[in-house]
Amino acid sequence: MLELTPKEISKRKALTINPAKTCQPIGAMYAALGIHKCLPHSHGSQGCCSYHRMHLTRHYRDPIMASTSSFTEGAAVFGGKPNLQTAIKNVFNIYKPDVIAINTTCLSETIGDDIPSIIQSTDIPEGKYVIHANTPSYVGSHITGFSNMVKAMVSYFSEKEENVLTKKVNIIPGFVEPSDMREIKRIAKIMGLDIIMFPDTSGVLDTPNTGKFIMYPDGGTTVEELKATGMSRATIALGKFASEQAAYELEKKCNVTPYVLKSPVGIKATDELIMKMASLTGKEIPYELEEERGQLVDLMIDIHQHYSGKKVAIFGDPDITISMTEFAISLGMKPIYVITGTPGKDFDDIVTKMLEDAGIEGKVKSAGDLFELHQWIKNEPVDLLIGNTYGKYISKAENIPLVRVGFPILDRVGHTYLPTVGYKGAIRIIEKISSALLDKFDRECADEDFELVM
Amino acid sequence: MTNHENFKTLDERKESIICNSKFENRNIKCDTNSVSGAVSQRACVYCGARVVLNPITDAYHIVHGPIGCASYTWDIRGSLSSGEEVYRNSFSTDLREQDIIFGGEKKLSNAIDEIVNRYNPKLIFVYATCVVGVIGDDIEAVCKRAQEKYGIEIIPVQSSGFAGNKKSGYKAGCNAILNLISRYPKHKKEFGINYLGDFNLAGEIWIIKNYLKKIGVPIITKLTGDSSFEEITKATKASLNIVQCAGSMVYLAKQLEKKYGIPYIKVSFVGIEDTINSLRNIAKQLGNKEVIDNVEKFISVQKKKFEKELSYYKKRLYGKSAAIYVGGGFKAISLIKQFKELGMKTVMVGTQTGSQDEYDLIKSLTDEGTVILDDANPTELEMFIKEKGADVLVGGVKERPLAYKLGIAFFDHNHERKHPLSGFEGAINFAKELDITVNSPVWEYVKKEGEKDVKKKFYKFEYESV
Repeated sequence: MLELTPKEISKRKALTINPAKTCQPIGAMYAALGIHKCLPHSHGSQGCCSYHRMHLTRHYRDPIMASTSSFTEGAAVFGGKPNLQTAIKNVFNIYKPDVIAINTTCLSETIGDDIPSIIQSTDIPEGKYVIHANTPSYVGSHITGFSNMVKAMVSYFSEKEENVLTKKVNIIPGFVEPSDMREIKRIAKIMGLDIIMFPDTSGVLDTPNTGKFIMYPDGGTTVEELKATGMSRATIALGKFASEQAAYELEKKCNVTPYVLKSPVGIKATDELIMKMASLTGKEIPYELEEERGQLVDLMIDIHQHYSGKKVAIFGDPDITISMTEFAISLGMKPIYVITGTPGKDFDDIVTKMLEDAGIEGKVKSAGDLFELHQWIKNEPVDLLIGNTYGKYISKAENIPLVRVGFPILDRVGHTYLPTVGYKGAIRIIEKISSALLDKFDRECADEDFELVM
Repeated sequence: MTNHENFKTLDERKESIICNSKFENRNIKCDTNSVSGAVSQRACVYCGARVVLNPITDAYHIVHGPIGCASYTWDIRGSLSSGEEVYRNSFSTDLREQDIIFGGEKKLSNAIDEIVNRYNPKLIFVYATCVVGVIGDDIEAVCKRAQEKYGIEIIPVQSSGFAGNKKSGYKAGCNAILNLISRYPKHKKEFGINYLGDFNLAGEIWIIKNYLKKIGVPIITKLTGDSSFEEITKATKASLNIVQCAGSMVYLAKQLEKKYGIPYIKVSFVGIEDTINSLRNIAKQLGNKEVIDNVEKFISVQKKKFEKELSYYKKRLYGKSAAIYVGGGFKAISLIKQFKELGMKTVMVGTQTGSQDEYDLIKSLTDEGTVILDDANPTELEMFIKEKGADVLVGGVKERPLAYKLGIAFFDHNHERKHPLSGFEGAINFAKELDITVNSPVWEYVKKEGEKDVKKKFYKFEYESV
């Protein structure tokens, strides 16, 4: 199929081919699933909700529950207020969540439904909550949608009581896997840091099989915890694109100090997270983490010949792609192409600086697409691709191994259970990179070059 | 719902669920819009249109709207091609805020230019999404202008998501095909058929094409699996249309009959019984003595060839019970028959878009006590799967993890299937895959409800080994 991609690059200003992003509502839906007993609600046509659930189901391989306003032509002309009011009533009546988290769609945004006033004019049962985020699909990407919904959690829930300051620290993990959220919690626990993580999809989208379908599993940040975020002493926001808005909102609303760090993928970004945690606890870093870091460094050294100098193309969501680029540089690889589909000049600036500092000449692009990445590769090939499942077309067409990291992963398993963040996650990434490169070599090398020990 | 008083369901949903019983004379409520707030498994108009048109292999499918609609439908349908692979790429205008404010026509027009300047397209489809319907982009006019400029076929598809449901989307897709066909002069009739409503999932069309070849019936146009621009423009040559997926394509068949005098019959190549009946019916309709003889010869050879293999699976599946939740009624009907062939019983049948007559047929095909439901939500599915004790659920993407969580087998009869399920070979694949999932050892490790502690078995094992 990728014979379609010509080598010559001509400028496009209207057409996106093979996108490296998707739309806001799905990110909002994912974030909302990280609230305990929350049913995400899609205010738009049925298709949106269906597509988002389908896509998330393929990635997480767990049931994804969300309701929809089921817009029809009438709603598109006269507004979606009656649909939303009926929906709220029905959802509380039958599905009994604690929270309904409404995301808008391009349709409801364009017709101009005023969600806060609709919520206000609807009877909401005692002790239940309805929150919303505006997530027009024509702005930003799914990462923006995630960010907006996390910010909405702050706007709706975070509370500040006079002179109350808890010992807790908020951590906003960003658009990462449940396994990653679990890992960040584990690290915080080792560090002795008392945290509130929000959103938290661990225990929601990585649930064990019990022979039962549980609509609201045990996981997710509770409403009480969300309220208490306003009284925490600091917020660590992991990933500028997915998490900083909520952290700044908390600062504005409740005066909680924000620290925006990179998504903790790779050794440097993990170091930064752990140093920040240490500065907040004021304690030494426990040996357990020193040991993990030491093991990671040991592995990096053991096999640095495997990946040193290899050219790599990295694509995906901005926060993870930024950190992944940094890690690739730490390993001695050359990330010569780095793209994200999400618009944002910050991405170009951050990654360009990283490459410049490392003396690597590369191309960096936000709001890019995979068609263009493929064209770059056709002009100057790479040894390895790192990104989501959509890279498999380029991988096959150009015979370049693909290491799957990010969202979505539609054709492999493990990502929901095994983290890519932290030192452990970095070890896992190295294992994947190394195996991908060596498997290819073993498969394709001449017999005389085929070696037992590598 | 008489037997299920304990189960809380939305009042509006009660009429959409019936239990097959001699005492139940009520018709099921179907073909309506979903209730607001339901966790519906249904999709939208755009989705339906994509299902119908996307398999056309050499077409450039431009999705005019924000990026999501293009992203979620990028190469997910599993329709195979024997030639071009253009359709597996995703083209979108990726509308941004300023396009919404100032209109997206110019961007669409530029996008078409960019495709035409880069490639040599013969056929472009332009899909309208929700927001395009609201901001009022005149995609008809944009397509018309571009077509005049370039002299190629550029066809608008009116598929704004909110303008109906998935069924309306099928219709929008069919209208786009009719639009294309109508642009070419009516051909002289030939001996041959058009095959409608097969999207060549896992290569299913190739099996049927081979059968038809063996009985001496050429296919003129496939709609739309593994089809191409040229092929579609020849459709009016056919002397008969056969329709597999009735839900999506009967409308097109009716229009082709009305406009071009091509009669149609519904067929189903799902399951051995339906395959045999369909082949006979095609021969009968064509009224060709040679074809009729060929069909009988072909059937007896095939039956012999596959019966032995099938009997192996029949033994392994006998007495198991199935729950069905699929898109269309016609597929559900074929599945019920197929389970019967395998000695299995169907205890629950639901569809997203079934029609009244399909539900009537479902009722007549199933046993007393079978639950029948339209546009179900996961809670309802869970409730009836448990109550009826199904061993396997047949469904699509969203139903798979639900079945797995309940600890029962799952069979993908949607576009993610990896093996063809049509014809005799398909019937074997069907049984084989059912066997794989129903009789997998993995279920032994799942705690079934009512079972106190699944660990007991393993403790016992430990004691013994100590």
